[in-house]
Amino acid sequence: MKKNGLRLLALLTLTGTLHAETVFVTLEKDNALAVVDPITGTLSKTVPVGQRPRGIAISPDNKFLYIATSDDNTIKIFDAVSLQEIGKLPSGDDPETFALNPAGDRLYVSNEDDSMVTVIDITKKKAVKQIKVGVEPEGISVSPDNQWIVSASETTNMLHWIAAKSNAIEENTLVDPRPRALSFTADSQQLWVTSEMAGTLMIVDVKSKQIIKNIKFTVPGVTDDKIQPVGVVIDKNRQRGYVALGPANRVAVVNAQSFEVEKVLLVGQRVWNLAFSPDQKRLYTTNGTSNDISIIDLDSQQVTKSIGVGTYPWGVAVKP
Amino acid sequence: MSKRFIQIVFKIVIAVQLISIVPAYAKPGKSRQTYAIAYLTQEQAPPPILSNVEPFIKNKGEFGAELAISDNNTTGEFTGQHFSLKKFIVPPDGDIIDVFNKDIAGKFQYIVVNAPAEHLNQLADLPASKQALLFDVATRDNVLRNEQCRSNVLHLLPDRAMRADALAQYMLKKRWIKWFLVIGATAEDRLFADAIKRSAKRFGIEIVQEKTWEHTFDARRTVQSDVAVFSQVDDYDVLIVADEQGEFGEYLDYRTWLPRPVIGTQGLKAVAWHRTHEQWGAIQIQNRFKEQAGRWMEEQDYGAYLAIRAIGEAATRTQSIDIQAVKPYMLSDQFALQGYKGTPLSFRTWDGQLRQPVLLAAPMSLVAVAPIEGFLHPKTELDTLGTDQPESQCKQDK
Repeated sequence: MKKNGLRLLALLTLTGTLHAETVFVTLEKDNALAVVDPITGTLSKTVPVGQRPRGIAISPDNKFLYIATSDDNTIKIFDAVSLQEIGKLPSGDDPETFALNPAGDRLYVSNEDDSMVTVIDITKKKAVKQIKVGVEPEGISVSPDNQWIVSASETTNMLHWIAAKSNAIEENTLVDPRPRALSFTADSQQLWVTSEMAGTLMIVDVKSKQIIKNIKFTVPGVTDDKIQPVGVVIDKNRQRGYVALGPANRVAVVNAQSFEVEKVLLVGQRVWNLAFSPDQKRLYTTNGTSNDISIIDLDSQQVTKSIGVGTYPWGVAVKP
Repeated sequence: MSKRFIQIVFKIVIAVQLISIVPAYAKPGKSRQTYAIAYLTQEQAPPPILSNVEPFIKNKGEFGAELAISDNNTTGEFTGQHFSLKKFIVPPDGDIIDVFNKDIAGKFQYIVVNAPAEHLNQLADLPASKQALLFDVATRDNVLRNEQCRSNVLHLLPDRAMRADALAQYMLKKRWIKWFLVIGATAEDRLFADAIKRSAKRFGIEIVQEKTWEHTFDARRTVQSDVAVFSQVDDYDVLIVADEQGEFGEYLDYRTWLPRPVIGTQGLKAVAWHRTHEQWGAIQIQNRFKEQAGRWMEEQDYGAYLAIRAIGEAATRTQSIDIQAVKPYMLSDQFALQGYKGTPLSFRTWDGQLRQPVLLAAPMSLVAVAPIEGFLHPKTELDTLGTDQPESQCKQDK
């Protein structure tokens, strides 16, 4: 009996250490960051971070959090453990989305109102270049092989391919109306792009810069205009991709080989951004208007939990 | 070497330099296309005012056109296309037809028209307009989309039928089904009232009372007493006011005999655009517009913005400058215009009306966006607003 108890305790400790991850969620209308323990399913604390926090990323070494505080017109740097603010980056006006390069020393910001992408040297905390792109740039992503930065402009309806070496646009790809988010596959061969207006996911071949597959989402019982794809992530082995469908309140599960939509999972309202757990066994979603995050267990493909976090959860980042 | 040859070489060098101004990232080999767009408007004399809170804006539409041109040209840098805007502003006592014939006819194929309803078809019927496409960014007359429609005109703003249907859907949702209709003295007021009656019939609602607001100059009467007396009618759920000029409508709210909401041309209004609208990226264009214009975006600005963006969108997708290619594309199923309303906008093929959500706005807050959830349509719920294909009276030779 005692032995069993000990074993159980050991098991619990072991599982505890295995999943000791922390989920950070920016709360657009609370001017705060929610810190969530996804294993116990509880909101650990809420920390004020600045005006209208939206985009969030964690450095590759997991030491720093970068948070775009849009109404402060800056991207702030926080210590990922103490959550103390330790610096600011010159992002330009109204920063919303940004991307880090794999080395973690460059940050690329979309400046929506100025039709610019700003390149920031993180160590020097300096803007090193501004690149003119299309109208209302939003989604931005750096390829894992650090060759390309791709910026999507919502009103121009284009992907701008910026070469990392030269910081200059080399090619443009016309896409469906109002492209929102984009994500590279781990092998840097494909770029997945969502179109909010057309309700589609486009798979772009990185070599040719051409759309090789266009997937139109439909959900029984939901009208097409409610299906507004936003966040997209693809697992490391390129088995499945996941797309947040916005006000359709669902996440679509897409087979990354056949491009079939395997399933749609009901989450919270106006699901916006997505992030994997470090072991890629879970997916976290921010649900803008239901003020919570959902946890999807990826083995069983089921939504296991939703956790209230605060007003207008926007971005999500995970620390192992 | 002859002098002439040197001249030719010199010209070629200049030409090459001109071409190289095209940004390096435009795809090589693509020739530069220029879209010449005319913006024709007639200034309006300021109407009598009820309040000094809202200043009279005499250039509604112009900044919308300019913002769209700059958006088109940002996109054009990547597609090798250029969009130019030439504005023709006719003074209040000028002759808009003369200006059209003299400066626009034969020179422009894409013409944005911000003019009162009575001039629209005069312009559309001019011989030079046959080879052109007119973008109406001002009128809201149902008849211009029905009996008097023209195949060379596209309408960017919702007509009165769409607006009335938007209000009706919201009132039905709120179960405000007994309507008290108050109509002003102008012809436009009666047109709006007709649209309300059409919606009532369409949604099976009875108008329990209908009254005309008479303007009198009797010094013994004050607004406070007048409205209370005027509104003593059989019980109703909601007062619908038809006062497009804003001559008395603002006086009704809070002064009626029974405490009832006011809706229509004052109170809760059905509009294409409103300063309280922030969703679906609208905050971005509100900011960009305000920075440029120093004022809020008005409906005509939104109409002009959409008209020129529609030309830009069709240009990007067709890569053609020819109106014979651009117009069919604009009217096709593929055409999807982003208008900051959460759903792609497109043109109704049967009457050239832009299909779009209608905002229901109170002065300081956006109350709802029609089509209201639950109003269904076999093709698109946007067509629950206004004249649907089977009921259209527009017979145009395509």
